[in-house]
This record gives sequence, C-alpha cells and structure tokens, in this order.
Amino acid sequence: MSEQAVAIPRKKVQSASFLQSTFARILRYTLIRGVTLFITVIIGVYLTVLVANMGGYVDQIRKGDIRETITIQVMNNPALRNLGPDAKRQLIEEKIRLEEHRLGLDQPFLIRSFRFLENALTLRLGFAQLMNSNSGSRQVKLILLERLPATLLLFGIADIFLFFLSLFLALILSRQYGSFWDRLFVVLSPTSSAPGWFYGIFLILIFAGWLRILPFGDLVDAPAPQSRLLYALSVGKHLILPIMALTVSSIFLSVYSWRTFFLIYSSEDYVELAKAKGLSGRAIERRYILRPTLPTIVTNFLLTVISLWTGAPIFETVFNWPGLGRALYQAVGLFDVPVIVGSTVIFAYLLAITVFLLDIIYAILDPRVRVGA
Amino acid sequence: MQTVKDALREIRRYPSAIVGLLIVLMLVVLSIYVVIAIPYREAITLWRGGEGTWRSLPRTVPPAWINTFRSQKLPETIDLDSRKGAAERQEAPLGEGKSVTLLYTFDYQADDFPREINIFFETSYKERAPFASITWYTPDGREIAIADLALQAGSTSYRFAQDDKLLRRIRRQVGDVPPEVGLFVAPNPPENPRPLKGTYRVKIQATAFDPETQIDAELVVYGKVHGIAGTDHLRRDLKIALLWGAPVALAFGLLAAAGTTITTMIIAAIGVWFSGVVDNLIQRITEIVLMLPLLPILIMVGTFYSRSIWVILGVTILLSIFGSGIKTYRAVFMQIRESPYVEAAQAYGASDWRIIFRYLVPRIVPMLIPNLVTLIPSYVFLEASLAVLGLGDPQLPTWGKVIQDAVANGAPYKALYYWVLEPSALLMITGLGFAMLGFSLDRIFNPRLREM
Repeated sequence: MSEQAVAIPRKKVQSASFLQSTFARILRYTLIRGVTLFITVIIGVYLTVLVANMGGYVDQIRKGDIRETITIQVMNNPALRNLGPDAKRQLIEEKIRLEEHRLGLDQPFLIRSFRFLENALTLRLGFAQLMNSNSGSRQVKLILLERLPATLLLFGIADIFLFFLSLFLALILSRQYGSFWDRLFVVLSPTSSAPGWFYGIFLILIFAGWLRILPFGDLVDAPAPQSRLLYALSVGKHLILPIMALTVSSIFLSVYSWRTFFLIYSSEDYVELAKAKGLSGRAIERRYILRPTLPTIVTNFLLTVISLWTGAPIFETVFNWPGLGRALYQAVGLFDVPVIVGSTVIFAYLLAITVFLLDIIYAILDPRVRVGA
Repeated sequence: MQTVKDALREIRRYPSAIVGLLIVLMLVVLSIYVVIAIPYREAITLWRGGEGTWRSLPRTVPPAWINTFRSQKLPETIDLDSRKGAAERQEAPLGEGKSVTLLYTFDYQADDFPREINIFFETSYKERAPFASITWYTPDGREIAIADLALQAGSTSYRFAQDDKLLRRIRRQVGDVPPEVGLFVAPNPPENPRPLKGTYRVKIQATAFDPETQIDAELVVYGKVHGIAGTDHLRRDLKIALLWGAPVALAFGLLAAAGTTITTMIIAAIGVWFSGVVDNLIQRITEIVLMLPLLPILIMVGTFYSRSIWVILGVTILLSIFGSGIKTYRAVFMQIRESPYVEAAQAYGASDWRIIFRYLVPRIVPMLIPNLVTLIPSYVFLEASLAVLGLGDPQLPTWGKVIQDAVANGAPYKALYYWVLEPSALLMITGLGFAMLGFSLDRIFNPRLREM
C-alpha cells in the first residue's frame, strides 16, 4: 500500500522530467536554428550590401541620409533663424563634412561595408529619394513597414489555405489511388511550373475583365467603406482572386507530391499490422500515415512558401496589391535606390522568419528532434 | 546508345511524354527557323526601328484570324503606295511646271469601319512647294473634298482625323462622327451605322511649279485586324516578338537549367567524396542560399548594373550553384560512393578528381536529365517575370516584354485580350511541354516512382 503510494508520484516525476527534457530539446533545436537563420540573414544582407555598393549606391544612401537630417536640423533650429542663406548653406556643408568623417565614410570599403551591414540589420534604411509613406514620411523603414500588413495578410492567408487544402486533397487522393481524380492531378501537376502571377493575369481577364464579378486588384474598394464590417468584406472580396491564383499555381504539384508521400508511408509494414489488428481506416490514416508523413510535408511546404515569397514583387504588381512587393516594383520604376535595398533587406528577414516558424513546427512534429536522435 | 533506345521505347508508353516531346521539338524547329528567317539585326530593326518602320500598321488591333469566328468581318489594312505602282499616275505639263494626278482605287467589303486613314507624302522640288488637293469618291458616286495642302520637301503626313476642317465638313454632311466613319458610312445612316461596301476611289491632284518635282504618296486605310498576331500600342507587329521570344526563352531556360544542374551536381559529388569539413561547409552554404531572396537580388542587379539577358543569366546560375538540388544528388552520391567499383578504383590508385568525374558523376546522369528538363520552365518564367517587372533585356523582344507592354498599357481593362493571351499561351505551352516531358522522364529513369 505504502509502496504504491510512493511509486505513483515517482512515475509522475519521471514523466515530468521526460516532458522537460523534450521541451529542452525542442528549445535547443529552435535556438540553434534561430542562430543559423540569423547568420543566414546577415550573409544575405551583406550580399545585398555588396551588390548595391558596387555601384556606390549604398554610399549615396548614407550621404543622402546625412544631408537630409542635417538640413532639417539647421533649418528648424530657432537659434540659427537669423543667419543668412549663404551662411546657413556653409554651416550645413561644414556639418555634413564633419558628420561624414565621424561616420567613417572616408574609410576603406571593407570597414564601411560592416557599418552598412549593421545599419541594414537594425533597419536603419535611410531616406527614400522619391517615394513617400502614406503618412508623408520619407523614411524607407516607415514606407516599407506600412506596406507589410497587406503582404502578410495576403500571403499568410494564402499559405494557410494552401496547406490545409493540399493536405485534405492529398489524403483523399491517396485513398483512391488510380481513380480519375488521382490521375487528373498527376496529369495537371506540370502546370505548377508557371508562377502565381501568370495565372493571376488569366484570372483577372476572366473574372474581372470578362465576367466583371470580381475586382481587378487593389486591397479595398475605392472609396474605402467606413464601417469595419464592410471594410473587411471588401478586403475579402479583393483577396479572392490573388489567393485563387496562388492556389492554382502550386496546388497540383503539392497535392501530387504529398499524395505520393502518403502512398509511400501507407505501404509500410506497421500500417499492414494496424490493418490486421482491425483498426478503423481513419485511425490508421491519422496515427500511422499522416503522423509520420507530416515532417516531410512541412519541409516540402517550406520550399513552396519560399517560392511564393520570392515571387511577391511581381505577384503584387499584377494584382495592384499595396504590399511590400509592389513597393519594390515601384521603387524599380522610380529608381529609388534606398527603397530597393531596403525591400531586399526586409525580404531577407521575412524569408528567415517564415523558415524559422516552420522549423519550430517541424521540431514539434518530428519525433527525432524530440527524442534527441 | 542502347540506353537511349530503351529510353525512347519507354517514352512511347507515356502519352504526356510524347506530347511534351512534340512541343519541345516544335519549339526547337520554330526557334531555328526564326533565327534563320529573321536574323537578329533585322528583328531588332523591326522591333526598335521607330515610327517609320511601323507607320502603315494599325494601332492595337487583334490578329486577322479572329474574322473566322465573327459573322461581321473586321477590315484589314489597305496600304496603297504609289512607289509600288498601287496608284494610277497621270502627269501633264502645266505652264512652267506640271500637274500630277494620283488615283487610288480599292474595294471595301468589311462590315466595320476602318481604324483610321492617313496619307504619307514623299516630295522633292526645286523652289516652290507643290500644292495638292485630295478628293474622296464613294461607291454610290458621292464626291467629298478632303483637304488642300502644300507638300513640304521630304516626308509629310496627312492624318484625316487630325484635320479640323475635314471634321467640321463631315459633321455638317454626315453627323458627329470621325472621318474614318463619315467617309465610309452609307447615306442616311440607321441607328447603328454600317459601312457602304463597294469600290472607293481617292484622287490626289497636285500642281507642281517645276518639271523636276517628284510626288509620291502612300494611302493607308488602317484595318481593325492585322497579320497572325495583331499589333501593339506602338503599331509594332507582335509576330516579331512572339517568334523571337521562342529562341530567347529556349536559350535562357536551357542554359540556366544546364548551368545550375551541372554545377550543383559537381558540387554535390565533391562534397560527398571529400566528406567531413567540405561536405559540412557545402551543406551549410546550401541552406543559406536556399533562403536568399533571389528575385529581389536579381531586381537589384537589373536596376543597378545591366539588364542584359546574359548578365541576368550569369547571376542566376551563380546564385543557384548551391541550389536545393544538392540534397537530392547528395543522397544518391552517398549510395554510389559505397559501390564496389568505386572501391576498386580507389584500390588501383585513381585520384580523387578522377573518381569524382569518371566514376561518380556519370552514374547520376539518368537522374540529372529529368531534373534539367523540369527546371527549364522555371527559368523561362523567371525571365518572363523580370521582363514583366520592366527589367527585361533592353534590346531583345521576348514574351515577357510583350506581357509587360500589354499590362502597362491596360490591355486587361481595355479588353485587348489577344495582347496578353498570345504571349501567355506561348509561355504556358513551353512550360507545360518541358514540365510534362521532365515529369515523365523522371518516372522512366527513376522506376521507384513509377509504382506510385
């Protein structure tokens, strides 16, 4: 009696320490991945700096930044109000020279490049040459961050929708291997070689140009509805076509390859054993097929998400979506160098964060990470 | 040789492979034909030549074959040039100079009005500019005075729609319609006016003030359809860009795919063979490269340095050397490394590089070919993506640039569907062709997949 009483809490302690170590392993894995990804971001941004600087453009950004700041300082300084325009200009030039010296713009490139890197990593992206944020700011950081929600909304919803729809369809198809629908998806899988914007043009032509039932693009109707509900509905209506385009562009290949993963795992011996034990089809699917396939699927999905992200500049342009990608496109059109460099930096961050999030999910899903194999 | 034969025999069992192969072959034949029939220089001239090259083509009109599907036929362009003998010329001495009459006759049978009407004069004279008057004769015998004008030396053009006097005259006689409608419409027009069918004549009666005066004129009645591909906003024949797009797309896709797969494979082989630090380093670099924002970096290169298609190609290959393919190849090389014949090669003292290039790499070729073919469409579309972003090659006409022109000029909103659909269809066919072939080759060369 007393032995049992002692034994039960001991078991609990054991399982608690097991949980703890599992958690620690996942945490350690996540941490390592986080550090790796951060190093990746550093390298990506440094590469951006190198590419951008070969034309001396990064120097221009920083010099323009300094000029803008100092000019504003001098012009707004009440103590200097009575100074003549020539004297003011002289003062500005002198201050700029000192500031440039202080920031080491007269140093060799190798040293400067690391300063650029530091600035870019901390999102001190300088001032835009031509573009403005909606609030009228010239700061690249504000211009880009203001556009981020639209991009996150579109690609976030599209990614989640795509993941669950593909998973659902792949499961159904793996159940009816060789049926008409199964073969249809196999035949259609090559269509995924075309990117989302390409299908976007077709969908716009059909649903907006010809049938006139969905908008051509943009985030909301113009003028934007006042009430929150109507606003959300309007955004929802504008989301239909872009999400459709992204879905069409990658669903066939995803479903085809995921269904193949399912088929591979469903021919394993333990599945046969489970069948022999008389487990229901659903239970087998959930515990013995879906569960071991998920890590592979997450890895596969990661590649899809990366390719969707990378295509954002052109995809948003086609749909006139006021996001980060279109900012990059507009910047290219205006030759607004700071915005181009800034967008690339933000894209590097976004990619890394996406990969990191999926890595965490992977760590939770993959038993090998948890057990520490 | 035997493997090639076997592969061909296998291909016959896959309908999608046959379709894909046919598409690819057609594209290759088309590309070779285009490069020979329209040499590079000529294509550039036709695509970038300026107003003079395309002035006798209508602006943004669909291809001529859409008439097959229409009950009401759209007009085609009527281009009558007196230098090519398309006009009856009469010259008679008149005082110190001469009178020149150019009479153009054409048959109009379309159910719709033309798009516009222009006359381009080519004149040379000694001292005084000759004087010309233009008259229009309809099939039912009406006579409409168009304009009186002095012909300046060199090229001058008379655009019917820009002559205010003519516009006023037509408003008085027919109603508030542009000249290309007013001159063709049947008298007392019903609710929706139709052009009068029959033989029209245009007379240019010029008075020259010296006998050496040369007058030539080209009458262009612009249609609403043109050629097999239609025209764009600059009156350019889209046929040129659509045809030349094929060799450009194939060259870019093939070179980029070949460049990336081969380098990726060699690097994977090196990593597996030397293992340890080298392998680790290669794997870490792969993980980093996988996450680089490729398109934004290409956009930067295109904006800051060069938009030349070859520079972009080089950068693309450079950034894809450590591509995601490395992991797949690595897994296969790991197996090959353990095979007895590699061990034997090592035993007789083959060098590392000899083993890599003579023993490891050849074994992976069957896997490489489907990968390469499957990769081609993604690079074809990458080129198109850059072009649509406005970063296409500054000279070469490509499919992506046609799409960009179309989208930038509002083709989807103006219902100019042919403009977007033609290059898109070609891109789609090319992409599907290679993808279908690649997917089937993958199943043929890697039988493990075939069971699924």
